[in-house]
Amino acid sequence: MFQNIGEMVVLFWRTVLALPLLWRHRQKTFDQFFEIGNASLLMVCILSFFVGGVITLETGPLLVDHGLSSYVGGVSGYAICRDLAPVIMSMLIAGRAGSAMAAEIGSMRVYQEIDALRTMNISPVHYLVLPRLTAIAVALPILVIFAILVGWLGGAVVCVINPRISVSFAAFLANLRDLVDVKDVGNGVFKSFVFAILIGVVSCHQGLITIGGPRGIGRSVTKAVVNSIVLIVIFDYLLTRILQK
Amino acid sequence: MNSPAPNDQPKSEDTSLTRKGVAVQVRGLRKSFNGHEVLKGLDFEVKPGEVFVIMGPSGSGKTVLLKHLIGLEEPDEGEILIGGESIQSPEVMSKYRMAMVFQSGALLNSLTVGENVGLYLSEHRLKTPEEIERIVAEKLEVVGLKDTVNQMPSELSGGMKKRVAIARALVIEPQLIMYDEPTSELDPLSAVVIGDEIVHLKKRIGVTSLVVSHDRDLAFGVADRIAVIHEGKILAIGTPDEVIKREEPMVQKFLNADLRHLEEGNKRGGRR
Ligand SMILES: Nc1ncnc2c1ncn2[C@@H]1O[C@H](COP(=O)(O)OP(=O)(O)OP(=O)(O)O)[C@@H](O)[C@H]1O
Ligand SMILES: [Mg+2]
Repeated sequence: MFQNIGEMVVLFWRTVLALPLLWRHRQKTFDQFFEIGNASLLMVCILSFFVGGVITLETGPLLVDHGLSSYVGGVSGYAICRDLAPVIMSMLIAGRAGSAMAAEIGSMRVYQEIDALRTMNISPVHYLVLPRLTAIAVALPILVIFAILVGWLGGAVVCVINPRISVSFAAFLANLRDLVDVKDVGNGVFKSFVFAILIGVVSCHQGLITIGGPRGIGRSVTKAVVNSIVLIVIFDYLLTRILQK
Repeated sequence: MNSPAPNDQPKSEDTSLTRKGVAVQVRGLRKSFNGHEVLKGLDFEVKPGEVFVIMGPSGSGKTVLLKHLIGLEEPDEGEILIGGESIQSPEVMSKYRMAMVFQSGALLNSLTVGENVGLYLSEHRLKTPEEIERIVAEKLEVVGLKDTVNQMPSELSGGMKKRVAIARALVIEPQLIMYDEPTSELDPLSAVVIGDEIVHLKKRIGVTSLVVSHDRDLAFGVADRIAVIHEGKILAIGTPDEVIKREEPMVQKFLNADLRHLEEGNKRGGRR
């Protein structure tokens, strides 16, 4: 995994340099964007609702038992927007969109479609990587904003219906508003932007270096997803450390 | 034959190009894959506007050679000159229009046939969408597939894919066009059409053509010169007449191999 980091950095840089061409490739970028969004929005909502619920279910009774019931909303709200939503949604998208990118580009590689592009002087970076990377870098943060809101809702619902917590909806939100700043949401969204780039670069790179037949494609997909997830977790730690107030 | 119609002139960047075939020179080309030497020192020259046919048994390195010529593989040793300039220098690939028809067709499976054929023009923005549509229809007509514009490559047969790939190469109006087994999956009638188009293209736009083929009829029909390669080396090179007269046993064996003895055997044994 780590021997390719240099190549991935180069790929990322070449994509950044190609950004002025984005308007040309807008159609492909939109297609990718909707594919990621449509395929994942419902899943993101379900997942984040339960993630918000479970973190409240875990921390709520503990706080209430220690007489800190007014902190329930703040604690779970904070955890959801700064870490849980961006990390878990990015992992989900790595599994859905990253795998699709690696599979698609990998099969184009194996079946010589990329060679054909190159003979036509069409850069695979411009034609394939740029739209995908841009699409995921926009789509994932948007999905994460949804995830944060739905996650808070999940937390609030659990607060109300769970007899051991029984904090009112209004109290949950009031405390959340007290403790959680727009900056915290921004922090989570920024993290997800970085994760999106990681997923995009890792998956496109894996696709481009695919060798062999169908088995090679399968191997690339697995590697793309696993490497993305590992990098997400490592970068999550690093970013948290760097962004800490 | 007829000169290109006025609206065939490329609009932007390319107006400066002299639309003539380019010369290709290959010098001491060697290539190994994982210690197995596939090309063992090839030297030859293709003149501008020539149809140069490369023949040789399966696995002799023909496809690998073409990939070198269009810059998809890096040589281990030796050099390749296109129009007198080394292929390694970055401008060469964009300076000359080159096209390759892959052995497998290599159509983009996520695009329709029409989009595949027009891809070069649309990606490089050389024509308006209406013009592209017209050119695509025209080139598909040449290969006899004008009804497939809106189909996906997966809906086509192997031979049809190959013909679409040829149409896609024609659209580029290249100065150097390489065909990897253009007729290998075609029936004799379509093969004749493709052979005619290879010759027609040479006459019309003076393109340099490199044709890899096992098809002896095609080879001797279209070739100005033929090279026979075997195990990564050139055994014979010259005009069709010269090559046929070569005494080299491998060359004779390759050019004269046929299945007629089976026919005899079948008649005698009466198996059918
Ligand atoms: N990417 C590669 N990696 C390793 N070996 C390769 C590679 N490409 C080609 N070869 C080897 O090079 C040799 C020549 O292959 P090539 O495809 O050029 O044959 P060919 O002359 O085109 O044959 P055919 O007529 O069957 O298409 C083969 O032995 C093949 O195994
Ligand atoms: Mg071949």
